[in-house]
Amino acid sequence: MSEQVTLAMGAGGKQTSELIASVFAKRFTSPYFTADDAAVLPRPTGQIAMSTDGFIVSPSFFPGGNIGKLSICGTVNDLSCMGARPLYLTCAFVIEEGYPLDDLRTIADAMAATAAEAGVVLVAGDTKVAGRGQVDGVFITTTGVGEIVEGAAPAGAKAKPGDAIIVTGDVGRHGCTILLARDDFGIEADVTSDCAPLWSSVEAMLGVSKDIHVIRDATRGGVGTVLYEIAEQSGVGISLDAASVPVDPAVGGVCRMLGLEPLYLACEGRLVVIAPKEEAPALVEALRSAPHSGGATIIGEVTDDRPGWVVLNTEIGTQTLLPQPGGELLPRIC
Amino acid sequence: MSEQAQARQSAAEILSSYAGPHLRIMEVCGTHTHEIFRLGIRKLLPPQVDLISGPGCPVCVTPVGFIDEAIWLAEHDVTITTFGDLVRVPGTKKSLAGARAAGGHVQVVYSPLDAVIYAQEHPEEQVCFLAVGFETTVPAACLAVEKAQELGLTNFSLLTANKTMPNAYAALRDSADVFLYPGHVHAITGTQLCEDLAEQGVSGVLAGFTAKELITALAVAVRKAEEGKPFFVNAYPRVVKPEGTPAAVALIEKVMEPCDSEWRGLGVIPQSGLALREEYAAFDARKKYDMPHIEGRANPACRCGDVLRGACKPSDCPVFGKGCTPMHPVGACMVSGEGACSAYYQYGGGVL
Repeated sequence: MSEQVTLAMGAGGKQTSELIASVFAKRFTSPYFTADDAAVLPRPTGQIAMSTDGFIVSPSFFPGGNIGKLSICGTVNDLSCMGARPLYLTCAFVIEEGYPLDDLRTIADAMAATAAEAGVVLVAGDTKVAGRGQVDGVFITTTGVGEIVEGAAPAGAKAKPGDAIIVTGDVGRHGCTILLARDDFGIEADVTSDCAPLWSSVEAMLGVSKDIHVIRDATRGGVGTVLYEIAEQSGVGISLDAASVPVDPAVGGVCRMLGLEPLYLACEGRLVVIAPKEEAPALVEALRSAPHSGGATIIGEVTDDRPGWVVLNTEIGTQTLLPQPGGELLPRIC
Repeated sequence: MSEQAQARQSAAEILSSYAGPHLRIMEVCGTHTHEIFRLGIRKLLPPQVDLISGPGCPVCVTPVGFIDEAIWLAEHDVTITTFGDLVRVPGTKKSLAGARAAGGHVQVVYSPLDAVIYAQEHPEEQVCFLAVGFETTVPAACLAVEKAQELGLTNFSLLTANKTMPNAYAALRDSADVFLYPGHVHAITGTQLCEDLAEQGVSGVLAGFTAKELITALAVAVRKAEEGKPFFVNAYPRVVKPEGTPAAVALIEKVMEPCDSEWRGLGVIPQSGLALREEYAAFDARKKYDMPHIEGRANPACRCGDVLRGACKPSDCPVFGKGCTPMHPVGACMVSGEGACSAYYQYGGGVL
């Protein structure tokens, strides 16, 4: 039988040390990674941004990623959305007794690789083991600190009429992937999660212009929910060109079958960017040169018409409202 | 411009240039209602053409008493398996969500066959599937019963509230000038009924679900209405054949038989429902559990009934958007994504 996580491994004694040494320390090789009670880190010069996020996705392995990769991307992307270069991350695991150690290693591998790609270092961690049935598989919480690039100050309340709305790639892939991975509907389609660390995309944009009004990652609730939030926070209307919203054909097919709106399916590697119209073409070009935003495109503009609403210009040349976000479509998506 | 877009545009021009008298077109199907909103099709219509949302959302027409019956079962230790929408529909005192919170077993499934599999995997539980829906979904419920019989399951049953369209059209004939017939119902039952209705003076167009199909069907409706004679046109021939799907019809006839049925808002329409035949009585929850007759009572403030008859718009209802929202529905039409109230609400309640 393959090795499994035991309650003793979470008890804090020798077996815990062995688990950390054999699974985590080997992979999280930053000079700051500590066996002491807290990591001691050099102080950044600029302002810092700090964020935390818990991950309970089910299933924990899915096409295009796993909960480990997701846990790094989530916090890296939250920091990036504030214009902050991600520097340090901590991670806390809650693992179910009996969880296969091999799966845990795969998850740790993905975390290390994703962190390396994002240029962030894992500096401390915590491991707890809960009894069988008290937690489902593995839950991960990551907390991150980033340094805000001087001059960057994007915020949800800063969208202005006339601004362009950019999305960094096709929408709804992560939500669709999880939905299919659960196999509740008996639908098979070739869809992989868009899960990706997006600092490189934000860095590319900031290299072109600091005058970016809003950056948001469209996670739970998808791009539609983010747009409604921005419309509310900024007191503006949003006008979308339905035909220019990029949707993967397979995702579109699944959505039509199930009556879902791709704009409301979760993404884990897509940003919504709102910036002055004249900056938009250069920003799109910069985004397209970054590894995870090759599909960046302008999908609409901010208006002073109908504040608080998102209006869709439909394929038949009429206008309709994007339905307001409803309840949670799927639980445990990230 | 693509050929598709051209066809759509000329259909749209026919629609917007309609200059005839006031015309009420009832979209019978809830999916049509939703697509018409999603595509902004009302914007193409001249002011004297009204689109009325009809009774074609299975959850919406299911009466309060049916929810009460399901709750009765849940309270008598029967596991309820159902499509998700029904869980939030208010019964007389509570919804199935309320029954679940009070300890009842309510399991959401995505197909009746999933309910059979659930029953097979849980032999210690009594499992009942809530069979709602029109001719489109009835065959799947019939298949589920056959499957349960084949597996020799004694813990599976249906609580039926299935409906069929023919007598509903007759009941609604004064509510509209033209019916936009539901494409998928007639993909099963064929078009003979629509032909017969035209002979009796009831006009209609069978419509598909894409932008082009819907606009084309509406254009046909106004063009034909201008001619002034009752008509039927199949504007969805890609999917709907005159003979329908005989295998599905035969399956329905084998397992179920017509019965009188109560529709929310329309009352009891004779022979407009389907119930399991006597041979399948072992799978009929009402007989199996010797259920009492349960009369439901709707919230008196709710005007779902009028909405379903096309007698009022959702926004005319006093609780619409106030006491009644998708998060806290008072009536069934606010629950389902296909419901007229839900569609009106989601798309801004007439803001645009």
